[in-house]
Amino acid sequence: MLELKNIKKTFNAGTVNEKIALKNINLTLEEGDFVTIIGGNGAGKSTMLNAIAGTWLPDSGSVVVDGVDITDMPEYKRAKFLGRVFQDPRMGTATDMWLEENLALAKRRGKSRTFRWAITRKERDEYREMLKQLDLGLEERLTTKMGLFSGGQRQAVTLLMATMNKPKLLLLDEHTAALDPKTAAKVLELTDKFITEGKLTALMVTHNMKDAITHGNRLIMMNRGEIILDIKGEEKKNLTVEMLLEQFAKASGTEFMNDRALLG
Amino acid sequence: MDLITSLLRSMPGAISLGLIWGIMAIGVYITYKILDIADLTVDGSICTGACVCAILTVNGVNIWLAVIAAVIAGMLTGLITGFFHTVLGIPAILSGILTQLMLWSINLKILGKANLGINARALKVIVTQLDKNKAIMTLIGFAAVVIVLLYLFFGTELGCSLRATGCNQNMSHAQGINNKFNKILGLVLSNGLVALSGALLAQYQGFADINMGRGAIVIGLAAVIIGDAIFSHISINFGIRLAGVALGGVIYYIVYQIVVWIGLDPELLKMLSALVVAIFLAVPYVKSEYFSYTAQFKAERKARKANAKLAKKEAKIAAKAAKKGGKA
Repeated sequence: MLELKNIKKTFNAGTVNEKIALKNINLTLEEGDFVTIIGGNGAGKSTMLNAIAGTWLPDSGSVVVDGVDITDMPEYKRAKFLGRVFQDPRMGTATDMWLEENLALAKRRGKSRTFRWAITRKERDEYREMLKQLDLGLEERLTTKMGLFSGGQRQAVTLLMATMNKPKLLLLDEHTAALDPKTAAKVLELTDKFITEGKLTALMVTHNMKDAITHGNRLIMMNRGEIILDIKGEEKKNLTVEMLLEQFAKASGTEFMNDRALLG
Repeated sequence: MDLITSLLRSMPGAISLGLIWGIMAIGVYITYKILDIADLTVDGSICTGACVCAILTVNGVNIWLAVIAAVIAGMLTGLITGFFHTVLGIPAILSGILTQLMLWSINLKILGKANLGINARALKVIVTQLDKNKAIMTLIGFAAVVIVLLYLFFGTELGCSLRATGCNQNMSHAQGINNKFNKILGLVLSNGLVALSGALLAQYQGFADINMGRGAIVIGLAAVIIGDAIFSHISINFGIRLAGVALGGVIYYIVYQIVVWIGLDPELLKMLSALVVAIFLAVPYVKSEYFSYTAQFKAERKARKANAKLAKKEAKIAAKAAKKGGKA
C-alpha cells in the first residue's frame, strides 16, 4: 500500500543549524492499516508525514503508494492519493469561503478543475447527508463561512473533506492536539468511524500515548529520526502506557521525557 | 448658480472616467482582495493597454481588434509578474515593481515617443469624451459584461479553486490545487482588465501618454475600498460586490470633480488620494489596536492613571518636606 524506502532528510545541511530529521526510514503499510505514531518533540513524526505529502523532497529514498512511485510528484498532484488533516484547525479549510464551497473543493481533489459549476444542487443534498454524520448540526449551515466555526467543528469538517473521496492514505498530523479534551475525543471518535467505514489506510501522529494505544492496529515509535519500535497485532492489543515507556527506554537508551505524552 | 451648473456639467465626464477606472479597480480587486496580493504591475499595465490600443488605432487597425490586442498585452504583463513571483520566488510586491519598471521601457518602445494622440474625429473609436452620454452608456455595457463574466467564472470549479488559493494555500495544496498556476491566472486576468481600462482611457481622453499609469494602483485601491465600504454591508453576493467596486470608481471621480470645483489645486490631488487610501487601509488596524477596549477597561485605566498621578504628587510633596526638614 505505502512503501517508504531509505528516506533520508537533513535540514540546513552544511550550516550550524544542520538537523538530521530522518535517518533512513523504511516503512511498509498494508491495505487497511491504521498506524499511530508517537515520539518526543523533534523525533521526526511530522517530518515523515510531510515526506509522504510532498511538502519537500527527500535527500534520498522513495515513496511508493499503491505501486505508484510518487517521490518526484509535486505536492498538489499527489493530493489525489492523500487525505490530510493538520494540527492547526485554521490550516485545513478556507476560512473566507462557505462550508459547502470547502466541501466542493475537497470533492474535486485530484480532478482537473474546469469551467463546470463549482457546486451543483445534487451535491448539496449529498453534503447535507455527510454533515449529518458529524452530529454537530452543521447540515443546516452550508452557506456559513468556515471562519465562523469553532476549532473542533473545523477539524471535523477537515476530516470529512479528507476522507470523502476515499483517499488511498489518510495523514493525520496531531489533528486533535489543539482541541479541548471533550472535543478531541469527539473528533477521534469520528476519525475511527470514517477509517472503519471507508476501510481506509491511515497514519496518525499523536502526542497522547493512551490514544496511540487505543486506536489503530499498529503503533510506531520514533526517536531522533528513526523508527525505534513497531508493534502490531495481538501485541498491540495488550499494550499499556507503562510497557511503552519501558520499551522506549530500552530501545533508545534514554527516558521518555515528555510530560505532554504522559499526561495528555 | 453658474458655479453649480458648471459642477453639473462636469458630472458626465466624471462618471465616464469613474467607469473606466472602475473596470481597472475590478482588476485590482482580483489580486488585492481575492488572491491577497498587492500587485503593483497595474501602474505599468494600464499604460501598456493604452499604448497598444493607441498605436494600433493610429495605424489603421480596427478599434475592436486594437482593444483585444491591448487586453492580451496586459495579460502578458501579468504573466511576467506571475513568473517572477511563482517560478523565481520573488515576493509578489517586488515582482510587480520590477515588471512595472520594465514596462516603462517597453511602453516607450511600443508608442515610439512619450505621447501619441488619437484623433476621435478622424478615427473610429468606441468611447470619446466628445460624446460623453454615449460614452457612459457604452462603458456601463463594458463594466456589466466584465462583472457578469467574472461572476460566472468565480462560480466555476477553477474560479473557486482560485479563491481557495487566495484564502489558504495549505488547504488548497492539500486539496490538490496548483497554487502557482492559480496565482499566475489571477495576475493574468487582473492585468488584462487593467489594460482594457487603459485602452478605453486612451480613446476617451484622445491620447496615450507614457506617464498615464503613475499612481494607478492607488486609484484602483481607493475604488475597491469605497465599493467595499458601501456594498459589503448591503450584500455578500459576489456580482454586487464587483458592481460596487465599479461604482467605487465613479464615486471617486465625482468626489474628485467636487474637490476641483471647490477650488483645490489639482496638483495636490495625488497626495490627497494617497492619504485617503492610507486612512482607509489603516482603519481595521487602528480600530483593533486603539479602540477595542471595553468600558470597564477604560474606567480602570482612568483610575490607574489618576492613582499614578496622585502617587507622583504625594512623592513630590514628601520630597519637598524632606528638603525643608534638611535645611532647618
